[in-house]
Amino acid sequence: MNTASVTTSAAPSLDLTRIRWVGYKTIVIREYGRIIRIWGQTLVPSAVTATLYFVIFGSLIGRRVGDMGGFSYMQYIAPGLIMMSVITNSYANVVSSFFGAKFGKHIEELLVSPLPNWVIVAGYVTGGMLRGLMVGGVVTLVSVLFTDMQVHHLFIILAAVLLTSLVFSLGGFINAVFAKNFDQVNWVPSFILTPLTYFGGVFYSVSLLPQWAQKLSYANPILYMVNAFRYGFLGVSDVPLRLAFAIMVVAAIAMFALCVGMLNRGTGTRE
Amino acid sequence: MNALSVRGLVKTYRNGVQALKGIDLDVEEGDFFALLGPNGAGKTTLIGIATSLVTKTAGTLSIFGHDIDRELEAAKACVGVVPQEINFNMFESPETILVNQAGFYGIERRVARERAENYLRQLHLWDKRDKMSRSLSGGMKRRLMIARALMNEPKLLILDEPTAGVDIEIRRSMWDFLRGINERGTTIILTTHYLEEAETLCRNIAIIDGGRIAERDRMSSLLLKLHTETFVLTLRNALSAAPKLDGYNVALVDNHTLEVEVSKNQNLNDIFSRLSALGIEVLSMRNKVNRLEEIFMRLVEKGANGAAARAPEALSGIAVPETTAVGAQGGRS
Ligand SMILES: Nc1ncnc2c1ncn2[C@@H]1O[C@H](COP(=O)(O)OP(=O)(O)OP(=O)(O)O)[C@@H](O)[C@H]1O
Ligand SMILES: [Mg+2]
Repeated sequence: MNTASVTTSAAPSLDLTRIRWVGYKTIVIREYGRIIRIWGQTLVPSAVTATLYFVIFGSLIGRRVGDMGGFSYMQYIAPGLIMMSVITNSYANVVSSFFGAKFGKHIEELLVSPLPNWVIVAGYVTGGMLRGLMVGGVVTLVSVLFTDMQVHHLFIILAAVLLTSLVFSLGGFINAVFAKNFDQVNWVPSFILTPLTYFGGVFYSVSLLPQWAQKLSYANPILYMVNAFRYGFLGVSDVPLRLAFAIMVVAAIAMFALCVGMLNRGTGTRE
Repeated sequence: MNALSVRGLVKTYRNGVQALKGIDLDVEEGDFFALLGPNGAGKTTLIGIATSLVTKTAGTLSIFGHDIDRELEAAKACVGVVPQEINFNMFESPETILVNQAGFYGIERRVARERAENYLRQLHLWDKRDKMSRSLSGGMKRRLMIARALMNEPKLLILDEPTAGVDIEIRRSMWDFLRGINERGTTIILTTHYLEEAETLCRNIAIIDGGRIAERDRMSSLLLKLHTETFVLTLRNALSAAPKLDGYNVALVDNHTLEVEVSKNQNLNDIFSRLSALGIEVLSMRNKVNRLEEIFMRLVEKGANGAAARAPEALSGIAVPETTAVGAQGGRS
């Protein structure tokens, strides 16, 4: 084993930090390229859906609803709709891109490369956040057409949207690691994510709900994210802000650790 | 230094199949090394462990002295791999695939683009650089994977059946290409089922069978181990029966074709003078099978007879109880 001493002397020529940084950038560029290449699937649908929501709920029904939390219904749901598109798109991007890479086997390009697993997770998750924010941006533009958007606290808006898209990108990653077929890619978004989002205070203030439904709502993490985000625009929230941010930060850290741990063990990726 | 060093390597898959049963193997730096074996022998599994696509159950493996348990990133940075099955993104263009691959090894895009152009031209893919990879032919896809494996200028290039389904002309040009790379200092490990290819290219060889190394030798010494060779002779005039040549096994395949078995202490001059004496004219002569093929068949057949009990497990992928138990213990130790 005298070879070991030889290699340690030769090792400094290998700049791991640079490899990781360039590798991370490359994954992000590739993910961005994918979003742009299939923009009809990645960017357009949410913009269309959001426009429909604004037209139907905001303009047609919203007029009869009246005020919500002291604002016009349109103003009230705008942050919720932006957040909904961020959640859906961050999740969808990572789950379909990473599962697609497993399915098409090109995930092996990354697995054989010298990039450590945390860089791989970081790269895919950044890609998911990128799409979440791009679509969120588009929906924000759409909402400006329908209502006055005010900014109460820019920092809170940014922090809430970044953390939320981080959390759901990580969620998409976990889903993709476990998924064995395309049904399992669609299952969580349809049966868990969408209901949680709809009941997560996008369209109403939980104060309108009966007591038991309010209690139940507080168990829904999306409620905290939507309300923190809405606070950034309107300055009103159904939940304490500190708690909302604590939940997002803790969830992000725990989920990132889970993702890296699973890849390290080879779950769903290595034989 | 050894480019690859393997000790006591065991792999038991989750379904209980023990694909590697304790492999020891060294491949020297600069070598052009053939890793041969029948289907299911464990070649791809071994390569998978070396490139961390497969987790090992027991044993150690190091690449240029970097143990994959302790210095995984350094070990992986030395390797380029051409997998057995196509595994690039079919929706990306060859150029994108190459440039991104370089990026995963820390190579900046400017350098990566230059390299990509270089390899795309050398492997005759430049015209296809911006087409969707899905539209490449099978042989082009193989060459794209070779180009991809070279993007990080690996010290060790591992090729898992790179010439499967490639036409003869391109196969020959791939041989020249690989020889050139090897001459410039890259260690190459090649698996192939074309034994002629291994015989032409490789200096050292290991034959793996049923998860164990059955033979490990220099190519030239291994070929010397072949005690008898069978030659096929084509005759000018038709014969109705095989001629009697004392000391030789002769068989008449058809009127114009003779098969003669010649052992190492006999020689061809002798055969020809005897045939001439009998008035038999030989038009052409060839080996019945490639020499390496002959050795390979003998080793593998021997292995198969000795381990008949192993066959069902290896074939069906379903565990035979006893062997699984042994495998599981191997895994725990
Ligand atoms: N993912 C897997 N899960 C379970 N068993 C596997 C897996 N991959 C390979 N095996 C089994 O391990 C054994 C060795 O397979 P391997 O692919 O390493 O063979 P090989 O030598 O590369 O064969 P070939 O020449 O056909 O490519 C076989 O019995 C195979 O069925
Ligand atoms: Mg194989």
